[in-house]
Amino acid sequence: MSEIINHLVHHQSSHCESGVVSNMLSSRGFAMSEPMAFGLASALTFAYLPFIKLGGLPLIAYRMPPKTIIKTVAKKLNIELKTQKFSNPEKGMQALDEALAQGHIVGLQTSVYWLPYFPEDMRFHFNAHNLTVYGKNTQGDYLISDPVFEDVVTCSAQSLQRARFAKGALAPKGLMYILGEIPQNIDLRPLIYKSIKKTAKMMNGLPIPGIPFFGVKGIYYLAKQIRELDKKPSKYARLYLGHIVRMQEEIGTGGAGFRFMFASFLDEASKLLDDQQLFEVAQFTTDIGDQWRTFAIQAVLFCKDRKSISLNHISEVLIKCAEMEKQLQNKLLSLKALA
Amino acid sequence: MKTEQVPQDHSPSYSGHKKLLYAVDESGHYTEVTSSGWEVENFATQMAVEDLHQQCLEAHAQVKAGLSSPLAYHMYKHRLDVTSLAQASGFFKWQIRRHLKPAVFRRLKPRKLNIYCAVFSISVAQLTNIPEL
Repeated sequence: MSEIINHLVHHQSSHCESGVVSNMLSSRGFAMSEPMAFGLASALTFAYLPFIKLGGLPLIAYRMPPKTIIKTVAKKLNIELKTQKFSNPEKGMQALDEALAQGHIVGLQTSVYWLPYFPEDMRFHFNAHNLTVYGKNTQGDYLISDPVFEDVVTCSAQSLQRARFAKGALAPKGLMYILGEIPQNIDLRPLIYKSIKKTAKMMNGLPIPGIPFFGVKGIYYLAKQIRELDKKPSKYARLYLGHIVRMQEEIGTGGAGFRFMFASFLDEASKLLDDQQLFEVAQFTTDIGDQWRTFAIQAVLFCKDRKSISLNHISEVLIKCAEMEKQLQNKLLSLKALA
Repeated sequence: MKTEQVPQDHSPSYSGHKKLLYAVDESGHYTEVTSSGWEVENFATQMAVEDLHQQCLEAHAQVKAGLSSPLAYHMYKHRLDVTSLAQASGFFKWQIRRHLKPAVFRRLKPRKLNIYCAVFSISVAQLTNIPEL
């Protein structure tokens, strides 16, 4: 079997989707950092979804749903995004081989559980993990740039097929995507202010009574759920709090549920636009991230020894997060675009 | 979070890998820092892994005692529950709950067994038995 290696710049990132976008664009000669991709896509949010259960616990998300980042960035930069899904796994693998032979680097949606290069403790059934395939070696194994890993990895065709066609919630259905032509002279500046405004507008949650699950309202709602945990068995309370911490820290968020990544975006934007107000907001966002980390520490303290801290106290730390995010929203909305 | 505050706690769940975080350097600007783990996060991960392991052991004992079908063991072994197995297999939840009964599972047709085999990526012989722990 002949070897295929297409040009790819692998740079480690915190989050899979923003990392794939950053790596794919950078490989094509348009350097974009991960936080910039994340910020441009207005991907920061908060959502508490009690009706979607993961192992019996509610889904908690700190960003917009999967595929938002890649779609939004491609749209904003006016790049065509060629996506394909497959009902037949063999055809899906064949299409991947053809795209590689044509010299493309290919983005894939996969299930973490079936990727053999993941550490055992990290292999959960999460079906919306993104990676980039950039070639195939002589043994027929795929060469993969998985953005959350330090170095590039390889994966057998069989395992990759399994991961691409895993079933269940958010099933990837073999989704693969290729970037089209990248336009010359992209001006990020007007795009940055627009995406910040969009993030800010979403931060309060949906303006519909009876839907308290998003944005600042969602954080208050979660705080209320935590206060009420003392009515539940103590094992459930421990797993519930541990689950929040895992969603916030473990699942590739760059720390504090993407808050540090967003702050990094604001910082980078302030340099690019020479705008001091953005730098000040970045510093405030860092404080918010630190507050979320404090919350994680308190929550885990409860899991270790429930007598050392009360649920009310943990809930108050979270309410502080909500209050600070409300202030951040006001700061972001009052930003004036520099001419 | 400042760069020197980025935890380096060598989490066993990372298996020697490092994760990228964003932190503030002395000049107040953001930079990339790799972290070998955070003790707080690791505790949460280990708790979840431990819980799954516990469920798996309990299922194993139930199968041994003849109270559950081998499907129960394989389901938990693959970090699934009735809800996620229903999503992955296309069966209804009530069907899976039936299949967890030894008497029902024993009479399952190969067509249905094969669906479970595909979900777990194992053979029929492996599905209808459980390994010794």
